[in-house]
Amino acid sequence: MFSRAYRAVITVPPLAWVAVFLLLPYALLFCYSFWSVSASQAIVHSWTLDNYRELLRVDVYWQTLFRSMWIAARVTLFSLLLGYPLAYYLSFHAGRRKDLLYQMVIIPLWVSYLVRAYAWKTILGSDGVLNTLLQYLHLTRHPLEFLLYSPFAVVLTLTHIYTPFTILPIYASLEHIPRSLVEASHDLGASPLQTFWRVILPLSIPGVLAGATFAFVLSLGDFLAPLLLGGPSGIMISNIVVSLFGAAYNWPLGAAISLCLLVLVVALLFWSENLEKKWSFR
Amino acid sequence: MSRGANSRWLAAHALIVFAFLYLPIATLIVYSFNGQGVGGFPPRDLTFAWYRVLFADDAIWTSVLNSLLVAAVAVMIALGFGIPAALALDRAHFPGKALFRRLVLLPLILPGIITGLSLLMLFREASVKLSLLTIVLGHGTALISVATTEVFAGLQKLDRAQEEASLDLGANYWQTFWRITIPNLRLSIIGAALLIFTLSMDEIAVSFFLIGRDNTLPLEIWGRLRRGITPEINAISSIIFVFSLIAIVLWYRMRMTAEGQPEIVTELVETTS
Amino acid sequence: MTATTTNPAESGAKTAAAALLDIRNVAKAFGRNAVLRDISLQIAEGEFLTILGESGSGKTTLLRIIAGFENATSGEVWMAGERLDNQPPYRRRVNTVFQHYALFPHLTVEENVGYGLRVAKLPRPEIATRVEEALAKVKMTAHAKAKPSKISGGQQQRVALARALVNRPRLLLLDEPLSALDANLRRQMQVELKSLQREVGISFVFVTHDQEEAMVMSDRIALLRRGELEQVASPREIYSRPATAYTAQFIGHTNLLRGEMKDGVARCQSLSWRSGFRDGPALFSLRPENIRLASPAAHADAVRFRARVERHAFHGATDLLQVCCADGLQLTLRASSREHWQGDLELEFSIADAVPVRESPERN
Repeated sequence: MFSRAYRAVITVPPLAWVAVFLLLPYALLFCYSFWSVSASQAIVHSWTLDNYRELLRVDVYWQTLFRSMWIAARVTLFSLLLGYPLAYYLSFHAGRRKDLLYQMVIIPLWVSYLVRAYAWKTILGSDGVLNTLLQYLHLTRHPLEFLLYSPFAVVLTLTHIYTPFTILPIYASLEHIPRSLVEASHDLGASPLQTFWRVILPLSIPGVLAGATFAFVLSLGDFLAPLLLGGPSGIMISNIVVSLFGAAYNWPLGAAISLCLLVLVVALLFWSENLEKKWSFR
Repeated sequence: MSRGANSRWLAAHALIVFAFLYLPIATLIVYSFNGQGVGGFPPRDLTFAWYRVLFADDAIWTSVLNSLLVAAVAVMIALGFGIPAALALDRAHFPGKALFRRLVLLPLILPGIITGLSLLMLFREASVKLSLLTIVLGHGTALISVATTEVFAGLQKLDRAQEEASLDLGANYWQTFWRITIPNLRLSIIGAALLIFTLSMDEIAVSFFLIGRDNTLPLEIWGRLRRGITPEINAISSIIFVFSLIAIVLWYRMRMTAEGQPEIVTELVETTS
Repeated sequence: MTATTTNPAESGAKTAAAALLDIRNVAKAFGRNAVLRDISLQIAEGEFLTILGESGSGKTTLLRIIAGFENATSGEVWMAGERLDNQPPYRRRVNTVFQHYALFPHLTVEENVGYGLRVAKLPRPEIATRVEEALAKVKMTAHAKAKPSKISGGQQQRVALARALVNRPRLLLLDEPLSALDANLRRQMQVELKSLQREVGISFVFVTHDQEEAMVMSDRIALLRRGELEQVASPREIYSRPATAYTAQFIGHTNLLRGEMKDGVARCQSLSWRSGFRDGPALFSLRPENIRLASPAAHADAVRFRARVERHAFHGATDLLQVCCADGLQLTLRASSREHWQGDLELEFSIADAVPVRESPERN
């Protein structure tokens, strides 16, 4: 299948696109992080480490980064706690309804982020559905303030959005486990619970890692949910970047933070991949 | 037997998770009919008024048209570069293949802000003004990965022997490509197109940075949100949900016919490793 | 249709052995599809029993019912005086060697073999000793620390065996464990399995579709056809005295002679001989190796006939010849490959070798 012309046609255009629209932009990101901005809001193309020094010096960047990581960690944890049992149910107990339930998992996955974040905004507000419902049921007398414009709201919304992301890879790795292994385990005297701990869980770890990585990385870099629902206490690292590219107008500094974020994310991806390989047993 | 009890607990958990996933959207839809606004309980004065307001809202419909246009072009770009990319990954050997594979798939797992900002800088340096064109290029870049993954999966299920038989019977590589390979990939390609179209219509993270004067639908909604919330937004959101629902179910059915369950994210994971 | 069953004690297996496993009228249906119908079978202590059958005969289902992975639709299974089939698989003193071994990919060979012992929470030193013993028995000591993906199919099969045996079950079930091996390795493993069983002394229930394998290894064979037991007997008996046409044809080659019994004479086209069976339509099984060149003097117990050689098939040690009599009756016989029989031959067979068999009616 490998005539010269054929090979050229299938490799050159994608490579070209990737080079222009992916490699080059990342290279620019790299360059920008070493440039600076002048008083007249022009980009000064002279190389300096000032941006990085600023990041190391000023506390707010670190604090926000750690807060973002903490939020991302909570989102990942909750998504896994919600997602794993569902994936397990789907794979081992769903029987004939498996197909339908699988569709019900992927639908929220692809439905607009904005729609879902907006839904939570209307639900969590002080005049929102949840608060008025609680008051209607006489469970509370005043609206609960912490529901919206807080890290709580961000974690809740992002968990809602990324739980399907964790369900799918876990489900896939569970499906890959041959049922004969489960039978063999029972045959050798292990109860269903023991079988889960000794056989099923270890073999599903690649899926768990993949799902956790998705949830963590995407939550970490999220800026929309904090803008809609986070309030001043829910600001995440990407929001700082957004304002640096907007009102605060310091593209190079923003680029520096973005580059750090990119490096962090890529490092996480590599690490996760390595772990997955170790737990792969194929 | 304990299996039955386990099954019940797991089913209950599943029910709770599905409720968590769907109730907010259901609430959204219900309140799009609420005369009293987005909040408050219980919903009263059920009315179609907000939908009427929505249909009279020109700005929204302009943005819908923009989105449709952008999505259509994004599909073409994503498929136009994604199909060759999938073929290259599946069959060709060339220097830098591993790096290429990772780069192509990176936008799918990277937060949109990084893709958006890096492209913004590109356009800035190239002195390209921000407009629907830049959004199209952004969507195309981000969604090539989806096209590549879908088509790659389709290629795995393709029987090599068919292509070999075609060559054996006298067709050359090009003829084989058009007569055998592409028709076999038909379902993957259509499915990918459907998915990419839907994702492009909903895309906001990358578009956020590449927007010029003309809004796409998500950005139009976003702008409204900053100004104040009305159930009109509920109405358009509900419509978006219904269309997405239809598109996803169609896509899923298509994939199922192409055999086997679509393991979306794992294919990704496997192709990135 | 009742099957012809020989009691384990009669067939020469460990005589005076108690019945370890008692399958009583077990039936299994999947929806409207009846896979097993009214199976009753006893397995003795220390016996090597093979459940033989084609695909779709229900043999694997029967095994899975004993193991506990399927529930019988009706009937009961008892082991050593206690009800077995109401227990989950992890409480039965039965272990299985799976068809594709089902080794745990994330555990080493050692850890796989010790799995059942760890689950039973036996003390560590005891686990270590028993695992070592088991591995030595299957000659896999050198690979103790390897992962299943790194060893060959034959080696995986041994590990699966060790993993099952180390738990000292009362009964070992083997689900076509040799089917994935190539011919030479298979033959070797058949011998090893048989001697292992003798050494360990526990009952083996072996499932296969390969009748040669069954003959080589078993104390008794239970032939299963479409969910019913066709015949249960020792290999020699099932071969030389098949009860039904199906049995005669499934195990080894045979000629099925269709004829009439009348007044003490069996008539099959141009052949006839004295026979003591009742009048009516009759069916006889005649093994190819029992047809030989006619001896110069006629015998009262031999049936002579003339036939022409039509076809030769080389089978290594012997040839399989197809001959045709004047009246069109076609027979198959075996001849040594060194003799090249051709043309018209004068042949004979002993009356005793024409074994009467029952019909095997079509079953849905």
